[in-house]
Amino acid sequence: MNIPKDLKYTENDEWIKVDGKIGTIGITDHAQDQLSDIVYVEIVVSEDEEISQGDSCATLESVKAAADVYAPVSGKVIAINDELPDTPEVVNSDPYGKAWMLKIELSDPSELDGLMDAAAYEASIADAE
Amino acid sequence: MFIPHTDAEREAMLQTIGVTLVEELFKDVPAAHRFPDLNLPPGLTEMEAMAEMQGLAGVNETVRDLVSFLGAGAYNHYIPAAVDAIIRRGEFLTAYTPYQPELSQGTLRAIFDYQSSIAALTGMEACNASHYDGATAVAEAVSMAVANFRGKRTKIVISPALHPHYRATVRTYNPGNAITLVGDSSEVDLESGPEALIPLIDAHTALVVVQYPDFFGRIFDYSALAEATHAAGALLAVAVNPMALGMLTPPGDFGADIVTGEGQPLGIPLSYGGPYLGLFATRKDYVRKMAGRLVGETVDKDGKRAYVLTLTAREQHIRREKATSNICTNQGLIALAATVYLSLLGKGGLKEVSELCYHKAHFAASQIAALPGFELWHQGPFYHEFVVRCPRPVKEINEHLLEHDVLGGYDLGQDYPELKDHMLIAVTEMNSREDIDLLVDVLAEVSDD
Repeated sequence: MNIPKDLKYTENDEWIKVDGKIGTIGITDHAQDQLSDIVYVEIVVSEDEEISQGDSCATLESVKAAADVYAPVSGKVIAINDELPDTPEVVNSDPYGKAWMLKIELSDPSELDGLMDAAAYEASIADAE
Repeated sequence: MFIPHTDAEREAMLQTIGVTLVEELFKDVPAAHRFPDLNLPPGLTEMEAMAEMQGLAGVNETVRDLVSFLGAGAYNHYIPAAVDAIIRRGEFLTAYTPYQPELSQGTLRAIFDYQSSIAALTGMEACNASHYDGATAVAEAVSMAVANFRGKRTKIVISPALHPHYRATVRTYNPGNAITLVGDSSEVDLESGPEALIPLIDAHTALVVVQYPDFFGRIFDYSALAEATHAAGALLAVAVNPMALGMLTPPGDFGADIVTGEGQPLGIPLSYGGPYLGLFATRKDYVRKMAGRLVGETVDKDGKRAYVLTLTAREQHIRREKATSNICTNQGLIALAATVYLSLLGKGGLKEVSELCYHKAHFAASQIAALPGFELWHQGPFYHEFVVRCPRPVKEINEHLLEHDVLGGYDLGQDYPELKDHMLIAVTEMNSREDIDLLVDVLAEVSDD
């Protein structure tokens, strides 16, 4: 299972990569593995929208399930990955790269302290199994 | 087939939950109410029961015994005998959803053909496997529009000329949803056209709902309404009579985003109101928000054409509380009847029946309008149904018509107080020239005395 060291993780299997005040969000390798083949991605927030930690920001459908992606932190949406709805399969093949979903300008960076680092996330998956 | 549990299985289940007798499960029901005395008459033999039931059925007056001019959403059309013969084949007679494609190619193929026919008729790109009836299909359109805007737009503009039952069903389906319905609570004059709805559409509007032809049989061009709806970012739903689409422009051509309809005119018997068929079609853009089952065409491992349920992640067993609707039931057998009906008639046949209805209705309307005391309420284009202002209460006129074995039109005063003494008259291919003459003659008697 690929769990990059430089990211932060949520209990709902989202990752966030922080660069200054900008956070990039997606779902983890473990999440895509659990969902199996992703056939549909819908980003349900728009640019310039203010969202809060825990808000639903995307919906995924796989051949066996539907799942929501929740915002790991609060802030303003500054970019969404427009290409993703046309290439949902990259969520499986490149969950930390091409399958980024949105970029948020963080309104409260202290929220990051509540997220897990790679080691804690790895342990939490192991616990769940 | 229903296979009941064996005594041994019952015993095992009781043991598992720690109960000795089934009766113990009912101990919370007060003893006096546990086995009430039903006081039923003695049992009948099959022969006696049949005679009694036939006696009861014989009291009913149906469109087989009467000349009918009653419509208002359910129409008396001819149903070719082949429809019944085909849908009664054992292979088709299952009430249940075909989850297993390896066992259900026939049923799946029939549903796929149904979807394709309705999509073609309505000018839409996708059609689901059907809902309960025309009323529930409109309610599903409202749910879909609200889901499409993720609950951010909650206003629904609804035409007062949408069938009163459909409007009531929309309200029944949505008591818990934070939606606002406007348009049918005297905001709009009944006599005005669709333009009157335009001022009600704003940035909070999720859906605009109209009927085509409308409840009063009127045909309006909804292009300007569609344009205004889309300019506000909202969706347009059009509830249709599929028979009318045999000759009218399909709603897809004038900008409808969702087309719903009552499929009953397509080979479904009147049957006192059901089971009927809820048509639901939409554009490809919205297919993931559509409720209901959907059959798709694919190929099997040998590359041969095959049919399967598709896009099931929309449905409630996967999407749970986030699904657009918690109803996926389709009217399998009734949808099959509609498919058989459409395939028997073909494109030309449907057009012919549709035009017959139109022309006969226009003939009847012109005859009735010429009677003293009777007047057409609406002067513009109409399909096979029209509103007549009567010189006396509709109930009284209908009682008189019934004495001549004629089932009169619908009393609009029941739903629209401003249309007291107005009758909605439907004419189909089933009404002969003699039938129409009889109606006009009896109405003439009413206008005389």
